[in-house]
Amino acid sequence: MNHEIPGDAAWSVPVRAGRTVTLTALADGANATVLIIGADRLDRLNIPDTLKSQMSARIKPGMVLMSDRGLALATVIASTLDWHDCLTGALPDRLLLLELTKHGFGEADLHGCIHFFSKVAVADDPRASLAYVPDHAHAGDTVTLRADQDLLIFVSTAPHALSDGPAAGVAVQLESPSHVEDPVLREEAVRALRLTRELIA
Amino acid sequence: MTITATTVALDSVVEAGDGALVSVPAGGRLRIVDLHGNQAVDTLFYDAHDIDNRYSAFDTIREQRAVFLTTGSRLISTRLDELAVITDDTCGRHDTVGGACSQESNVIRYGEFTRHQHACRQTFLRYGAQAGIGQRQLTHNINFFMNVPVTSTGGLTFEDGLSAPGKYVEVTASRDLFALISNCPQVNNPCNGWDPTPIQLLGWW
Ligand SMILES: [Zn+2]
Repeated sequence: MNHEIPGDAAWSVPVRAGRTVTLTALADGANATVLIIGADRLDRLNIPDTLKSQMSARIKPGMVLMSDRGLALATVIASTLDWHDCLTGALPDRLLLLELTKHGFGEADLHGCIHFFSKVAVADDPRASLAYVPDHAHAGDTVTLRADQDLLIFVSTAPHALSDGPAAGVAVQLESPSHVEDPVLREEAVRALRLTRELIA
Repeated sequence: MTITATTVALDSVVEAGDGALVSVPAGGRLRIVDLHGNQAVDTLFYDAHDIDNRYSAFDTIREQRAVFLTTGSRLISTRLDELAVITDDTCGRHDTVGGACSQESNVIRYGEFTRHQHACRQTFLRYGAQAGIGQRQLTHNINFFMNVPVTSTGGLTFEDGLSAPGKYVEVTASRDLFALISNCPQVNNPCNGWDPTPIQLLGWW
């Protein structure tokens, strides 16, 4: 299935384990803020655990997105960009909250999210100062995730909180490939995938 | 420190691996003292009158345009309210990206042998329960005294602390707060200098 989310909108979609989700920027400067909730409808994407177990301050291909309780939610299989911001939060977003509410969730479930297609550069100064990079994503840029358990994925196309550019649309394509090879992963990510496959996938 | 006994509302030691839930009224000052040095103190803040209005690590980072916390950092909630401000800091900087250790994340990072070691999120759940703070209410915390360098190339590591015996950090509450604290028991990385130690909590209000 293929769905185009216009700019400044929100959408949610269930994704079965094994399926892939490809997000495509429909204009320069697009942003897709994504929250993920796992199969048991409680276990959320945990950005700090995802980052510290893979020694990264950004989301890039070859990373497993990990849950609060140490399971693999999804694997970043491929992307035309090697930096997706996850450090700068989203402004309160009424439409995203409504999508959560549709599935029985609420404000308490808001957690760190990924801002696909956005980059906020980190300076090597004493505070690790941040600066939004305005020319990072271009129309046609993509990122593909493989669901490693049954997921609910929430997407907001509100502009990045540090951007002063216009909102842009994002296309979401769901596919059911027979098998998706694991990318090269760190040992921690392999462990999360193995546990997830043993327990629930 | 020249403070008369009557103004001290709180003075307690939290042993390594233990925690606390502290009610801090608006205007109150909460000081956390790293008694022995290099001790991570995992901390969450909640609006005492509405716990869904809670500390947001990534909104705080965005609003100050910088990753590390120190004096002057405004601790921002999910609704963009100012919960507290760091008003004194003799350590220099604190982490809010690294999250809290949990039994489950320990297994992923270090292996199955850590499955039943004590962890911060156990402490958060234990002490949070009396304020209605459960799994859904846990969020990404501050790690006072912890050193998690983030680099311009997008790297992130846990390194030996910058703290030392007696260093402290102080926050002033901008509204009535719960401070949920776990004195981290982690022994598998250098965040506690491989040896978790007690901290002191001091409060004036
Ligand atoms: Zn800990």
